[in-house]
Amino acid sequence: MLRVSKNPTVDITAKLVVVSIAMFAFVFVVMVPLYNVLCDVLGINGKTDGTQYTSVPVAVDESRTITVQFIATNNEGMPWEFSPNVTAMKVNPGAVNDTVFYARNPLPKDMVAQAIPSISPARAAPYFHKTECFCFNQQPLSAQTDAEMPLQFIIDQELPKDIQTITLSYTIFDITEAASGSVAAR
Amino acid sequence: MGDHHHGPAKGLSRWLFTTNHKDIGTMYLWFSFAMFILGGAFAMIIRAELFQPGMQLVEPAFFNQMTTLHGLIMVFGAIMPSFVGLANWMIPMMIGAPDMALPRMNNWSFWILPPAFLILASTLFMEGGAPAFGWTFYAPLSTIYAPPSVTYFIFSIHVLGLSSIMGSINIIATVMNMRAPGMTYMKMPLFVWTWLITAFLLVAVMPVLAGAVTMMLMDIHFGTSFFSAAGGGDPVLFQHIFWFFGHPEVYIIILPAFGVVSQIIPTFSRKPLFGYASMVYATAAIAFLSFIVWAHHMYTVGMPIAGELFFMYATMLIAVPTGVKVFNWITTMWRGSMTFETPMLFSIGFLVLFTIGGFTGLMLSIAPADFQYHDSYFVVAHFHYVMVAGAVFSMTAAVYYWLPKWCGRMYNETMGKTHFWISFIGFNITFFPQHFVGLAGMPRRIPDYALQFADFNMMSSIGAFIYGASQIMFLYNVIATIVAGKPTSDEKVWDGAEGLEWTLPTPAPYHTFETPPAVR
Repeated sequence: MLRVSKNPTVDITAKLVVVSIAMFAFVFVVMVPLYNVLCDVLGINGKTDGTQYTSVPVAVDESRTITVQFIATNNEGMPWEFSPNVTAMKVNPGAVNDTVFYARNPLPKDMVAQAIPSISPARAAPYFHKTECFCFNQQPLSAQTDAEMPLQFIIDQELPKDIQTITLSYTIFDITEAASGSVAAR
Repeated sequence: MGDHHHGPAKGLSRWLFTTNHKDIGTMYLWFSFAMFILGGAFAMIIRAELFQPGMQLVEPAFFNQMTTLHGLIMVFGAIMPSFVGLANWMIPMMIGAPDMALPRMNNWSFWILPPAFLILASTLFMEGGAPAFGWTFYAPLSTIYAPPSVTYFIFSIHVLGLSSIMGSINIIATVMNMRAPGMTYMKMPLFVWTWLITAFLLVAVMPVLAGAVTMMLMDIHFGTSFFSAAGGGDPVLFQHIFWFFGHPEVYIIILPAFGVVSQIIPTFSRKPLFGYASMVYATAAIAFLSFIVWAHHMYTVGMPIAGELFFMYATMLIAVPTGVKVFNWITTMWRGSMTFETPMLFSIGFLVLFTIGGFTGLMLSIAPADFQYHDSYFVVAHFHYVMVAGAVFSMTAAVYYWLPKWCGRMYNETMGKTHFWISFIGFNITFFPQHFVGLAGMPRRIPDYALQFADFNMMSSIGAFIYGASQIMFLYNVIATIVAGKPTSDEKVWDGAEGLEWTLPTPAPYHTFETPPAVR
């Protein structure tokens, strides 16, 4: 064992101070990244990874039909209208699918929203690839305007056979204040 | 050091500048008693409002401040400092050391506490009110939706954490380096062992709590999004980080209590503690296991089944070393020559009621069943059994047991026994019915409830008033003892007591073991 000092009290105290500081750092440096990595790798928590998927041309699996349902939710106090144009669609794994979400800012001021996705069942999340999604970026909308926001996705053929229905939920958050500051966009 | 002996300094500066472990222990104990009364007063407000259905006395927002502050003050202001105070008083005497390893840091460990709690209590008078998000302060309720006082709350927690960490470093250094020659680790009293292990737990997890509240501070003031979904963060991350601290925390609360009971039961059974080595190993096993069970506080958060199963099995496993300890205490009493003075009454009360709390803990550990119990009064009943009938009874036993050694006067035994029986009866009337309302569906942290829960809530409130009143009697007994109790100068106040502290004069002199004793 490394001896910091000849005085045993100073020695143990120094080591324990180092341990305390290390445990503090552990929270930021280990726990936060580990949480994100494990959610990603294990495909739990329903988070789809926020990155754009680059599609590879593959054969479409015509033998399976997956029902994809869409849910749109406003976070508390968010005054926008927000809904999917289509509430459910039947798709084949491997096929490229397009749909649109509608959003409207009814207030007389410009606002910015962030849509956060979540997938149910959670274990379907790693197999749901978004090649284009309005959730990748912040959504600014001028006062009293509306927008059609596109979503393009592919379901991986490796999707476990026992999953026939996937629900994709978006929650929009008002980030007008956060976005107006110098905080970097997501 | 010169050979001249002078008594302690006079007046306020004695207490402000003392580095003496007995003085500091005394301050911790009085401070924690004051916090116990304050936290208890908040509990009385809670139970008064819950006495009947409907809102009679307070606004819901204020009620939430009461539940939050009751929890924070009891955990961080009453229970933890009281056991630290006991450690300060007793550890040097039990190991034959003249004082703690770092006496000046010891002074700071105590003196930062009163300001921290003044700040926390003052949040009641701030714009927006005190924290009202529960003592577990989950984000984003405690970040995005918190009142402005949350920043003061965070500062308060940082200071408390610093106090605990410094105190624990002191305890570890003292126990590792300052034992009298001949006192090997396996000859140390159990109280010293349990505190040594607790101190390691504290050094490991208090910084994690500091990290959690720092992340909250950053989310609130510096535009980060650790816990905010809008910015890509996750509220569930908060829960993992908090409970990684929170679960070892509850073992931090109970392990010193186990140590106290391991000292008292042998004394009044006039038999050595049964299974000393297994008690040490069981304590270490509990401490180690406490790191890998945290998500049993989060069974309903949406974990995959593999996670639920792992945490369930690991949690159930803790019952094994805990059971070893309970059986060893019982076996210590078996065929002992027993008397039932007040410390022993509180210790046996601890044994029975903590075991009940442990059983409900086992029920809660069953993940599918916990979906029913989670966030209901069943959980509230469980943790009050282990923390009040567990930790607080143990601390009360410790005060009755060692007070004569500290001040050289005997407490009134009749009043002590009365205190015990009223506490025991009041406590059970308060919390036993809470199991039933919890199982019947009453959620926790609510200021009003559905009508079918009314009868048991009324019973529970009456029990709470009874229990609360008896603590005032305890306070009176302690003060009356110190001021005018029957003087005693027996070194061995209790004839069955063993340990170095019982070789010292009564009351214990200001400086003790300036030369180390011989330990066989």
